[in-house]
Amino acid sequence: MQGSYDGAAFDEGGAMPEVMRRPRFPTTAGHEESRTLGATSPERLAHRLGWFSISLGLAEVLAPRLLSRLLVGSDRYANLIRLYGARELASALMIFAQGARPTAAMWSRVAGDAVDIATLVAAGASPRTNRGGVAIAAASVLGVTALDVYCARQLSREPRAEPGIRMTRSVVVNRPPHDLYAFWREFENFPRFMFHVQSVRRTGPGITHWVVNGPAGATVEWDARITSDIPNEVIAWQSLDGSQVDNRGVVRFEPRPGGRGTIVRVDLLYQPPAGRAGKLVAMLFNESPEQQIYDDLHRFKQVVETGEVMRSDGSPDGMGDVLQQPAQPLPRRRTIASDTPKSSHEESSGGTR
Amino acid sequence: MRASCWHGKHDMRIDDVPEPSIMNRRDAIVRVTATAICGSDLHLYDGFIPTMKKGDILGHEFMGEVVEVGPDVPNLRAGDRVVVPFPIACGNCRACEVQEFSLCENSNPNAWMAAKLLGHSPAGIFGYSHMMGGFAGGQAEYVRVPFADIGPLKVPPGMPDEQALFLSDVFPTGYMAAEMCDITPGDTVAVWGCGPVGQFAIASAAMLGAARIIAIDRVPERLAMAANRAGATDTINYETQDVMDTLKELTGGIGPDACIDAVGMEAHTPGIMYAYDRFKQALMLETDRPIALRQAIMACRNGGTVSVIGVYGGFIDKFPIGSFMNRSLTMRTGQCHVQRYMKPLLQRIENGDIDPSFIITHRMSLDEAPQAYDLFKNKQDDCVKVVLTP
Repeated sequence: MQGSYDGAAFDEGGAMPEVMRRPRFPTTAGHEESRTLGATSPERLAHRLGWFSISLGLAEVLAPRLLSRLLVGSDRYANLIRLYGARELASALMIFAQGARPTAAMWSRVAGDAVDIATLVAAGASPRTNRGGVAIAAASVLGVTALDVYCARQLSREPRAEPGIRMTRSVVVNRPPHDLYAFWREFENFPRFMFHVQSVRRTGPGITHWVVNGPAGATVEWDARITSDIPNEVIAWQSLDGSQVDNRGVVRFEPRPGGRGTIVRVDLLYQPPAGRAGKLVAMLFNESPEQQIYDDLHRFKQVVETGEVMRSDGSPDGMGDVLQQPAQPLPRRRTIASDTPKSSHEESSGGTR
Repeated sequence: MRASCWHGKHDMRIDDVPEPSIMNRRDAIVRVTATAICGSDLHLYDGFIPTMKKGDILGHEFMGEVVEVGPDVPNLRAGDRVVVPFPIACGNCRACEVQEFSLCENSNPNAWMAAKLLGHSPAGIFGYSHMMGGFAGGQAEYVRVPFADIGPLKVPPGMPDEQALFLSDVFPTGYMAAEMCDITPGDTVAVWGCGPVGQFAIASAAMLGAARIIAIDRVPERLAMAANRAGATDTINYETQDVMDTLKELTGGIGPDACIDAVGMEAHTPGIMYAYDRFKQALMLETDRPIALRQAIMACRNGGTVSVIGVYGGFIDKFPIGSFMNRSLTMRTGQCHVQRYMKPLLQRIENGDIDPSFIITHRMSLDEAPQAYDLFKNKQDDCVKVVLTP
């Protein structure tokens, strides 16, 4: 899936294009487990159990008499089996509806297994049932129950709070690399084109303080240090340990042949922690990280090439919002003093007609 | 101020809206003295262009008087008379550097929308949907003109509005259509569509040395204008004549050296083909009806050029790629890079080579815009071009 990553891919190349692989970021401690997501990950197991439930549930709903006869030698339990089939289908639906991490759905499966076992125990105690059939059913249910319990516990245990957000994009700018490097090296310039960044302030040698806008007026802050700085080629930065939001970024400036400007390649990585700040950051980028970085780089190009962010009546802040204003002038006069959207609603004292 | 606003398919209204103001340092505000309805506005009027919003001010052909300039517009002052090119272009990006102004990489703040539909985004355009930037258009009393240091052309004193106005779009657009044909003296050029762009394509083909120019339309008055005013040597009425047969007959069987599609996405034709495309369009199986384009490809001589200047919006069906490939045809196309042509064409007007006002059939006030759209759309009253004055 675009825009998400498992923490390890960034360091090891993963699906990254060759040009993005260096400089390497140091591995972030605490996210090693996610690297082992493989064939046996609880998420994958949960979805397999979901498919199992669909097939079993369908069999129980569509052919309850046949199953009843196979298990106990009569139609006696057909209606009950049909009910249990409905329950199987419902639990499968819950698993798929809960998406990538169906923890609650898995625990509900465990509860369902308990009901199944209780029923089978009761059936086994009855003198009229075929004990062999009940024993086979009980063995299968116990097997599935073991898997369900394992899966539910794994899902509950793993602390993968929010998925990380990775944004990779490039843009061609009609300027030589050294101009763009110089512009980017002034981190204070970021809010001019990265509209979710409120401010970046230098606080020490190679250290910057970031304030990023969150939803509903909230802000998230962190300190970052420059981890790589090769003039006219690459700048990389990383948040300091203990930051609210663990994040890193790298920008590379690659001259195009024939003096046709520069390819600017950006790779940003946000690893929100568990908890409120993480949720804020996740909400901030949830819409579409790809869209966000596309717009940011498009505005970067506008600022460098034309001097400022392009505005229109439909996108008065240059945001390219999905929710456009009608293409007619806004009722209030706007200032041209700043590229940042927050000040653009101020009254201007421009000329009169 | 009053402005001609889109409210939905076939629903234009004159609304009272706020006056524009400077939003970027390179903006100018222009008091509109003359504006026109373009054939491509009819695609908006007919609801074929996505990303429109109720209240959008239309109009990308306009001129007027500068009333205010931003701090970074050294070339203009209040009081200057200017005609404004319809594509908005920054002059700084690579596309502008190579004079492909309608492909400006910076002028569309909503570039991602266009990129979703078209793969990559072209330049922003005045009053032409939100995927083209969401810019208010010029069918209004005032309009904001971004990158005013690059686009607007000062109109010489004494030149009437009606002669200069069409430098904003249809004259350069028709000229580019002809230029894309790489006409050499003696060439035969066929032009599908005798609306304003077709008329200027015909006139430009004549200026560029075409020996024979064949105009194709179904409206007798437009064909007459093409022959009598623009300079067509032959006309074909596709409702009464077979286009392919007639073109072959006129060219001794080989077809025209170049074919210009000045029709675009809402083509008409008698018979089953029109019903077929109309049906597919209604079912959203194609967005555009490429009837003229298909004919232009099939009719063109082996090794010839097809110049597509009529506007297309999305996707077409039954593109005759076999004919196109096997016969070594060349297709050239694009929204006009107006800024590239304004000065040389102004010179042509000043020289008396052409008086672009010949296409005007109707002069109305801005307040009559809704009626004007209806009139132009239905080609009533021999309408070819409406000029509105606020």
